[in-house]
Amino acid sequence: MIQDFDRLGPVIVVLATAGLIFIIDMIMKREDRRLLAGVAITGLAVSALWLVQLMLREREGSFFSDSMALDNFTIFFGFLFIGVCAAVILASWDYMTKFGDRQGEFIALTLIATAGMMLLAGSRDLIAIFVALELTSITQFILVGFLRDDKGSEAAIKYLLLGAVSSAVVLYGMAFLFGVAGTTRLISTDGGPSIADAIASGDSGMRSALLVSMVFLIAGFGFKMAIVPFQMWTPDVYQSAPVPVAAFLSVGSKAAAFAVVLRIFHEGFGVDSYVTEDWKILFAVIAAFTMTVGNLMAIRQTNIRRMLGYSSIAQAGNIMVGMAAVTTASDAGINPSGANAVVFYLAAYAFTNLGAFFAIIAIHNKINSDEIADYAGMGRRAPIAAAILLLCLLSLTGLPPTVGFWAKLFVFNSAINADLGWLVLIGTLNTVVSAYYYLNVGRVMYVTNADDEPVLRTPPYAVGILAVAAAGVAVFGVAPTILIDAAERAVNAFA
Amino acid sequence: MIEDNGIVIAFWILSATTIACALMTAAVRELVQAVLFLALTFVGAAGIYICLSADFVAVAQILIYAGAVSVLMTFAVMLTPAADRHNSETIFQAPALVLSGLLLAVIVFVVLDTDWAISDAGAFQTTAASLGEAFLKPYVVPFEVASVLLMVAMIGAIVLTRELEEDDDA
Repeated sequence: MIQDFDRLGPVIVVLATAGLIFIIDMIMKREDRRLLAGVAITGLAVSALWLVQLMLREREGSFFSDSMALDNFTIFFGFLFIGVCAAVILASWDYMTKFGDRQGEFIALTLIATAGMMLLAGSRDLIAIFVALELTSITQFILVGFLRDDKGSEAAIKYLLLGAVSSAVVLYGMAFLFGVAGTTRLISTDGGPSIADAIASGDSGMRSALLVSMVFLIAGFGFKMAIVPFQMWTPDVYQSAPVPVAAFLSVGSKAAAFAVVLRIFHEGFGVDSYVTEDWKILFAVIAAFTMTVGNLMAIRQTNIRRMLGYSSIAQAGNIMVGMAAVTTASDAGINPSGANAVVFYLAAYAFTNLGAFFAIIAIHNKINSDEIADYAGMGRRAPIAAAILLLCLLSLTGLPPTVGFWAKLFVFNSAINADLGWLVLIGTLNTVVSAYYYLNVGRVMYVTNADDEPVLRTPPYAVGILAVAAAGVAVFGVAPTILIDAAERAVNAFA
Repeated sequence: MIEDNGIVIAFWILSATTIACALMTAAVRELVQAVLFLALTFVGAAGIYICLSADFVAVAQILIYAGAVSVLMTFAVMLTPAADRHNSETIFQAPALVLSGLLLAVIVFVVLDTDWAISDAGAFQTTAASLGEAFLKPYVVPFEVASVLLMVAMIGAIVLTRELEEDDDA
């Protein structure tokens, strides 16, 4: 039991830090509470160190009677979520003044959401998955409405109502899965019954229930991933939520949803069972629709956060291509498997989208506007933020020498290996469309002149955090092998 | 335990009541009536739990859902000033009905078509003890995380509804 708690340590540390922040927040004299961010970063660092020592001591394994897994997949996403959370908290430094005396709660809730995501990536039991999903979702509903202005509250209510429906749908899908397997465990290491075993037995009497279950599961998690047709909330929430929360949602929540779907489908439904072809086609069709709808809607946007909202839908479509590209054969390097490409894409997208959102936060703090038209002449007014925003937009488009290029290459490559040529064609056409609206922002920033061009100073901490995101985009753009190897090790956990 | 005739009859009566009440919840226009029908749905579900010999879950269902949650909802409806207490008409009614009908057809087909995993375990002697064991052994992580979840919901409700300090001047 103690060993099991040791394996859960990183999550417990994050939750304990959140608790500590609530307590310090109460006894601290009311003034600037942003020092609490320091406590949060320390807690996240301890959590990361704990993960490192678990790796060094080789504590990988299935624990708490197979309800949780500590494998390379969990560890990879653990580091990803810790990094995203730390970056979001640091980047909110200036923005947090808008929250008045609720800064402590903001930081603590962000930490709890992160803990929920870490649990989600590590759960291999339907009930554990559902509770972790709810922990993440409910925290995020609160964070979206944190500004308590009219637009933010409207976005939060929309997010809450649609989120509640999607949770019910996930639960219904899980009920079908439980009905055919008679257990909630995806995998069992002690010889007991498991969903994977039930499906692998190939009893054709379960087929229709499995199909319904996978449709419901994808629909429910699809809400979190922002895939078509469950994307309605995305633009509103991205536009009206506090900007750091939008950044957190676009990267963390999406990655967590993809992580749990990867685990459910690879461990539960299986990559060479008799239903594999069914979910492959399902993912492929959703990918095609998601990419196309996201990109076509993004073109018309004049608000940069709304545009990034639609862009994140389109990117979810790109990642979906990798989900559809299931092949049993996988070799590292230039020919990664679909799952490997998905994990790589999620990490690449984390750096890229956080960089873009942080540049927007830096500019937003100065001009208090998100209209693309107001970015005119930004290349001269805020050179660093504008340059990094441009780099990230190039990466989102998928142009070399950025990490986004490799992410797209790997995903499309895996799709070709899985005989999904038509999907790659749609993806390529969509990339051309996306280049138009991504590069348009660059044109406005560097070519268009503003009437009045006061130079905006970007504070040093913002430059630092922007530099980290940009370095991720550039370094992994030049040398993607480090990240692709890590992604390969992560998905090998399913093998 | 479904083989017993009495249980089978009870199951059908309870199911019919539960489904009828659930339908009425969506159909009635007065919001307070909808809440009352919802409470009846909860009671019906509790009855089905008893048929499954899950006595503890049934009692919890009646205490929490039929009792606390329905009362809470009634209060929310009563205390919300200026809120429209009727389910409004909407142009989506017809398409929604068609869609729900199709969904129902699909699910009925699937339920009839599938070989479900049927447990041959007998009834529990003491369900509360078994539940406690399940919570603290295989399901300890979800159980503990659920308590964090409840705390988050509570903090969220306070953070989102507490009066803002700026409002004091207004």
